[in-house]
Amino acid sequence: MSYPDDLRYSKEHEWVRVEGSRATIGITSFAADELGDVVFVELPEVGATLSQFGTFGVVESVKAVSDLYAPISGEVIEVNEALRDAPELLNADAFGEGWIAKVELTDTAQLDGLMDAAAYTAETA
Amino acid sequence: MTYSPHTDADRAQMLDAVGVSSVEDLFADIPAAVRASAWDVPAPLVEQEVRAELARLAGRNRIPEVSFLGAGAYRHLIPSVVGEVIGRSEFATSYTPYQPEVSQGTLQSIYEFQSLICELTDMEVATASHYDGATATAEAALMACRLTRRTRVAVSAGVSPDYRRVLETYCSGPGIEVVTVPVRLAEGEDGTTDPAAVQALDDVACLIAAQPNYYGQLEPMRELADAAHAAGAQFVAVVEPTSLALLEAPGAYGADIVAAEGQPLGIPINFGGPYVGLMAARMASVRQMPGRLAGATRDAQGRKGYVLTLQAREQHIRREKAASNICTNQALMALAATAYLTAVGPNGLREVAELSMTQARHLAGALESAGLAERRFGGTYLNEVALRLPNAARRHATLAERGIVAGHILERDEPELRDTLLLAATELTTDDDIARLVAGLEQTR
Amino acid sequence: MSVAEAPRSDASGRGSAFSGATAGDALTVVEPLIFERSRAERRAVRFPSASERARVAGDGQPQLPASVLRAHAPRLPEVSELDMLRHFNRLAHLNMAIDLNFYPLGSCTMKYNPKVNEWAARLPGLAESHPLDPEALSQGSLELMWLLAELLKEISGFGAISLQPAAGAHGELTGMLMTRAYHRANGDGERRTKVLVPDSAHGTNPATATMVGYQTVTIRSNDRGGIDLDALRASLGQDVAALMITNPSTLGIFEDQIDQVLAAVKDAGAIAYMDGANLNAILGRFKPGEAGFDIMHFNLHKTFSTPHGGGGPGAGPVGVSERIEPFLPRPMPVLVEGDPDAVRANAWAGQSTPGVRFALDDDRPQSIGKVRSLYGNFGMFVRAYTYIRSNGSAGLREISEDAVLAANYLRVSLHDVYDLPYDRLSKHEVVFSGRRQKREHGVTTLDIAKAILDHGVHPPTIYFPLIVEEALMVEPTETESLETLDHFVGVMREIAELAASDPDAIKAAPVTTPVGRLDEAAAARKPDLRYRFPDETDAPDAPAGAPTPEAPTA
Repeated sequence: MSYPDDLRYSKEHEWVRVEGSRATIGITSFAADELGDVVFVELPEVGATLSQFGTFGVVESVKAVSDLYAPISGEVIEVNEALRDAPELLNADAFGEGWIAKVELTDTAQLDGLMDAAAYTAETA
Repeated sequence: MTYSPHTDADRAQMLDAVGVSSVEDLFADIPAAVRASAWDVPAPLVEQEVRAELARLAGRNRIPEVSFLGAGAYRHLIPSVVGEVIGRSEFATSYTPYQPEVSQGTLQSIYEFQSLICELTDMEVATASHYDGATATAEAALMACRLTRRTRVAVSAGVSPDYRRVLETYCSGPGIEVVTVPVRLAEGEDGTTDPAAVQALDDVACLIAAQPNYYGQLEPMRELADAAHAAGAQFVAVVEPTSLALLEAPGAYGADIVAAEGQPLGIPINFGGPYVGLMAARMASVRQMPGRLAGATRDAQGRKGYVLTLQAREQHIRREKAASNICTNQALMALAATAYLTAVGPNGLREVAELSMTQARHLAGALESAGLAERRFGGTYLNEVALRLPNAARRHATLAERGIVAGHILERDEPELRDTLLLAATELTTDDDIARLVAGLEQTR
Repeated sequence: MSVAEAPRSDASGRGSAFSGATAGDALTVVEPLIFERSRAERRAVRFPSASERARVAGDGQPQLPASVLRAHAPRLPEVSELDMLRHFNRLAHLNMAIDLNFYPLGSCTMKYNPKVNEWAARLPGLAESHPLDPEALSQGSLELMWLLAELLKEISGFGAISLQPAAGAHGELTGMLMTRAYHRANGDGERRTKVLVPDSAHGTNPATATMVGYQTVTIRSNDRGGIDLDALRASLGQDVAALMITNPSTLGIFEDQIDQVLAAVKDAGAIAYMDGANLNAILGRFKPGEAGFDIMHFNLHKTFSTPHGGGGPGAGPVGVSERIEPFLPRPMPVLVEGDPDAVRANAWAGQSTPGVRFALDDDRPQSIGKVRSLYGNFGMFVRAYTYIRSNGSAGLREISEDAVLAANYLRVSLHDVYDLPYDRLSKHEVVFSGRRQKREHGVTTLDIAKAILDHGVHPPTIYFPLIVEEALMVEPTETESLETLDHFVGVMREIAELAASDPDAIKAAPVTTPVGRLDEAAAARKPDLRYRFPDETDAPDAPAGAPTPEAPTA
């Protein structure tokens, strides 16, 4: 299994795609596979403040429920509304259409503490 | 008698396969220090003996010939067909439908039950049921706290005292404060919730009120709902299910959550249980609803089927994050209610409600015109009415000796209501019952 | 008028072991909703005419103002009594049940539900007894509750019982509320914030702890399947309110260090709570109250044979030690006149005691209050009392002996084909793992369960306890014959073979049941939780990817 090279990964199976001062975050395909068919996502609110490793939402499958842990700190500027009607996007395209939120980063140094694709691959082997 | 089919030969065969010489070896893992001492449990009984014992106990009860007792458990006709339906062992001896392919009978009947409760209450979603009306009410209050993130709930004193005790116990768990809103019990008042007290409510998750209330009186539910909403609170309506054939449905007057006792819907009085709690709410709140839900879906061949759904709310998945610890629903009692509502239909339910109301008026009219009692409250009642008469408790006891239970003595719940009895009438209340009560009260003046 | 759908074809050619009928039998046709059978003006039950009475009665009595009246009648179904009965009978035909099928659900104790219990529960003298009748009229009901409590005390070794909780989880809630009340009374309430549960615990345990404001701490199990004593001792501090433990555990294994566990909990000043779900294993062998537990809940619908009803009603009485007794829910049935020993002795001999009087004691100042209205699920008390009196002392002991023997028989009959994570003496249930089948053939425990359905057997409990990968928890109970047990062994061995030789056949299962595997994801994504009448505009979306349903035929 290989994960996208341009992302950073947290131990809680979240990913970060940095775009300047902003980032897009989501959960990895590994997490989505573990959960099984996702049926519901409780999204954060636009304007909410995330602090790294704190919970910011919930993802629910038929057989399990899991908190979402923020991989980095920031302010939520957009959430993926498509997930409200189509939570299964998390299973279908965890790194693309299944993105969860976009945040304005507050501490880019945090990225250094996250794993790269190779390290995450080893982590989930 | 026992129900194990095993003969000595069967046991010997199994012991041999397991590789032990006696069944005692199978309990060798119990440390000697904690092995059980002897017990005082009687010898086995065969069927005729056990029947005699249960008949002995049943015979020590005296079922009154005439009863006007309600106060939360009501004598209604239970159609014979309802007993047939819940007597089917495929319903009675099946388990919770976790393997839906072989549980479509149970699951579809739950779906039908949910649909019926939504239709009666005019709400968008109903659960597969709860233990009783009291716990449904308590769970509704906790649900309101989760939805509003507030830690106080307000309950009208018009809600049954028994329910309010359960509410307090449930709220004591997470430390939710319970505020009681008084009802107007003074002379000349109508026994309903004081609207001025409702206006004064501050920072509560919900206001809970009952329709009809414990004293049988009709509350201004729409005004109470508006007052609750003005305070940013949910409105929890506790309703009586047969009355919903006549009265405006809670969904229409602004209830956010509905709780009810389903016992009047085809369930025997049974000295207090098992009963069935009803709960309904809006779809937007469904993820905060405790209890089971059956939902429709399809299999790979496209055939329609039903499954327990939204289970991620429940204890077996969320564990310490569950909305509630509830594991059971009262499935067989919910089935009884489903069968009852089907058996009576909309016309029958309306007849039950109308007859109950009519007989209650007949009763109150007969007692008032004989100068034996007077209504304690103004306003309007449904099929249960509070009547005041001199020496009520003593006369109640005398009549009970004669096989007539003249309702419930309200002073036990509310000291301010001295000499007041709460009498209920249903479609089973005959004119002869009323005449016997009148005669009995005459004789005990 | 019915929505006729073609009976399911039986791909394996085995015929439907499920309903006892062959494929193509009309009994397996799926049944429409009762609303779809409704036709205006049809009726089942009728009542006396109200209108005549309404004219005569009600002089001077208030009528209902128009403002409180319902605008439209509720759209309840309108069907004849025969059509209604056929509907529910057909639904019944779609169910598996103990009275038809072997149901070895671990942790549920699906034993035979004796019918004399039903006879007793329907006696009018009991079924028509009103809970608020003057106590003089309810002496039979009160005596029954008192006698049942006395028997449960003898069985469990606890000094006091409350019958009020309506279910096992409800009993747990009662237990946790009493635990907290006890610590508060001791001045310890603020400090003791944690409840310890083993990692093998049933989900209701931590859920209940949370409802009472406790934080749950999970204690790992050791490699023998018992609670890890060192881990437990390390977690037991002055901030612990209670340990909630199931014994035998959810692995079907007796905690053979239970005396040390209880001593450690006591030393820490915490409450020892036992989840009594598995009492069927230890009747007459282990009395939790005697061993030192403070609180235990019973499951009358498990150990004491009251029917599961498709998901309820049950009953979850609690037994408590002396230090917890003041906190029991109120009211409680008590003996106010009569000598308890004489009353018991007479009742055991089938006699009433002259001059005896029972009452409901509501004067319990330290009580936690009430956990449900009135007094509890009395109908289940009648059944449980009947069951205990039928079995008697020797019968109760025999229940556990036969239950444990049957579980061990299944253990040794299947441990070569399914992994046994804890290869030791079982009590009344045995937990296998389907991990070998998953790793070697990609066949999961879920697949195995669905294949079992095609043999007319209800599957064991799956995926519980959580600490066992691909868990398969088997509890035969004491009421299954050797032929039934051997048939089950044959089914499980056949499935293990098929997992290796033809895993696709397993993954296609079930094929003989009224419906196949259902789309649970769609059910949760687009919840359809009630019937939509034809005039409603907000029909639920069809599940994504499903074929368009055909219109109903007349």
